[in-house]
Amino acid sequence: MSLAIDIRRLRFRYGGGPWVLDIPELTLERGTRAFLFGPSGSGKTTLLGVLAGVLEPHEGEVRVLGRDLASLSGAERDAFRAEHIGYVFQMFNLIPYLSVLDNIALPARMNAARRARLDGAGVKKTAALLADHLHIGDLLKTPVTELSVGQQQRVAACRALIGAPELIVADEPTSSLDFDRREAFLELLFAECERAGATLVFVSHDRTLEGMFSRKISLPDINRAAL
Amino acid sequence: MLSLDLALKSLRNRAFSTSLTVGSIALSVALLIGVENVRVGMRESFSNTISQTDLIVGAKGGTIQLLLYSVFGMGSPTNNLSWDTYREWAEHPAVEWTIPYGLGDSHRGFRVIGTNEDFYRHYRYRGGQEIALAEGRAGAEVFDVTLGADVATELGYRLGDEVEVTHGIGEVGFLNHDHLPFAVVGILKKTFTPVDRAVYVTLEGIEAIHFGWEDGAPPMPGEEHTHEEVLAMEEIEITQVTSFFVGAINRRDVLRLQREINDHEGEPMMAVIPGLALNEMWQGIGYAETGLRLVTIFVVLVGLLGMLVSLYTSLNERRREMAILRAVGAGPKRIVALLVMESACLAAAGAIGGLALVYVLLSVGQPIVEAQVGLFIPIRPPGSVELLFLGAVVTAGFLMGFVPALKAYRTALHDGLAVRV
Repeated sequence: MSLAIDIRRLRFRYGGGPWVLDIPELTLERGTRAFLFGPSGSGKTTLLGVLAGVLEPHEGEVRVLGRDLASLSGAERDAFRAEHIGYVFQMFNLIPYLSVLDNIALPARMNAARRARLDGAGVKKTAALLADHLHIGDLLKTPVTELSVGQQQRVAACRALIGAPELIVADEPTSSLDFDRREAFLELLFAECERAGATLVFVSHDRTLEGMFSRKISLPDINRAAL
Repeated sequence: MLSLDLALKSLRNRAFSTSLTVGSIALSVALLIGVENVRVGMRESFSNTISQTDLIVGAKGGTIQLLLYSVFGMGSPTNNLSWDTYREWAEHPAVEWTIPYGLGDSHRGFRVIGTNEDFYRHYRYRGGQEIALAEGRAGAEVFDVTLGADVATELGYRLGDEVEVTHGIGEVGFLNHDHLPFAVVGILKKTFTPVDRAVYVTLEGIEAIHFGWEDGAPPMPGEEHTHEEVLAMEEIEITQVTSFFVGAINRRDVLRLQREINDHEGEPMMAVIPGLALNEMWQGIGYAETGLRLVTIFVVLVGLLGMLVSLYTSLNERRREMAILRAVGAGPKRIVALLVMESACLAAAGAIGGLALVYVLLSVGQPIVEAQVGLFIPIRPPGSVELLFLGAVVTAGFLMGFVPALKAYRTALHDGLAVRV
């Protein structure tokens, strides 16, 4: 059970539209830092939706952390995602009416298993500690609407990391940052993933960053549905 | 209660639209409860027009007619009862007190009531309040007249003014008893009941102005009694009354007494229980309040629909938020719960705000309304009707929350984690 992701003969489409994903095979070892790249429209975000259990594939098998997602009900997939997956969006990651602290703490408040993994430190303390690690410890009380984009992405990373989920999925989280900040952000993210022993799936269309990853996956190469 | 916490924070974040929505619901709820309060006040003030009177007795006729001419000064009496019959019942062992009324004359549109000191002693209105004099004294002599508060203000009478009585009860009579003017000796305090709109004289006074009218027509010129002649009479014999009020010694005897009066041999007469008759009358005019209530219920619905619109239109801006919630593990059920919770909170805040508004308005407006229109609106802790209304508003808000919630649910399922802003 050392595979974080194990995909076989996956096919997915929206409604009755054309196939968006047709992936014969994709596997990823646990603890990998994977770089998934491809041009816009190649199905990157859709693949992440399938991995997160938000989108249901029509055919094939998707195992995440050893669990066959097709065997889970919708509610079970939601709970699975809440417990095992941390997700970072490209931008607008934060819920505007929650404080920085509340945004970070949200997954732990939503899911008991994730709360249980806080080592008894308490939600607030853990959130503050993570924020310190990502150099935003002094922003916990700042309204999220006053944060810079870089700060917002780091808050999002903290939220993905809290409660040590095994899989971190990041959908172009650095595309709105300038180059120097991208590297700094990635280094912080790597350090935290390593600390937690998490697998990282990092999606981007920008290949200048790929040197920092241990595994590179070109989506157009494995996705037969890609145009 | 993470969903509740999120709902409250989300509402606080949209403070302006939230307060507008809550405000409009509060206003509509205040209207609903306010109308209910006014309705109860009207009803109580109506059924308290007269109180502590067990029976009203008059010549046989319609129940409501008897009530109308005896209590409300409306409509005309059919027949009179003889004084002897009245005395017979006044001395009945079950009867504690009576108030005789002689009706049929008027003064410039106001009813003239012939009565005696029993009126001032026993008449009660609105939960047992007594008739009180604002100035002067209660009329006791033949040509004494005591005015209801409205009569005095509207006609500008003061103590000592002369008052002429018109035969009949129209606004303009042509058969005046002007040879025998009365003098104002007292003015009653305002009661906000029909008592204010009547002119009170003695039964002897009524008899005196009708000397020579025994055949129903005015006496021939020269045959009228003069003031001096009347005053010189040692005793004026009272021959009839129109109706009388009865207070029983024991309330348990009222029904039996009523039956006895209705079965009275000799003059055809009837007794009504004022509470029952007033209720019967109110039911006749009660459909108006049903209509009023219906209107206010629609106003509340409009308020809630406003909330629905505001929640629904906010959903598009909140797709991002829903995607984030989905990503951190919120199931569609939690999205639904969040929006239903928001809607229920808005409705609950509106309901409580509306209730508070009613009490604020009542405490400010109650004395003003009472002084201006004589309607006493009681201030009470919210009763079962109010709580029922509030519960219905919150429930309706809760149910309406499912409309935007299901829309958000579908959007969330469709959008997945994709960024569609």
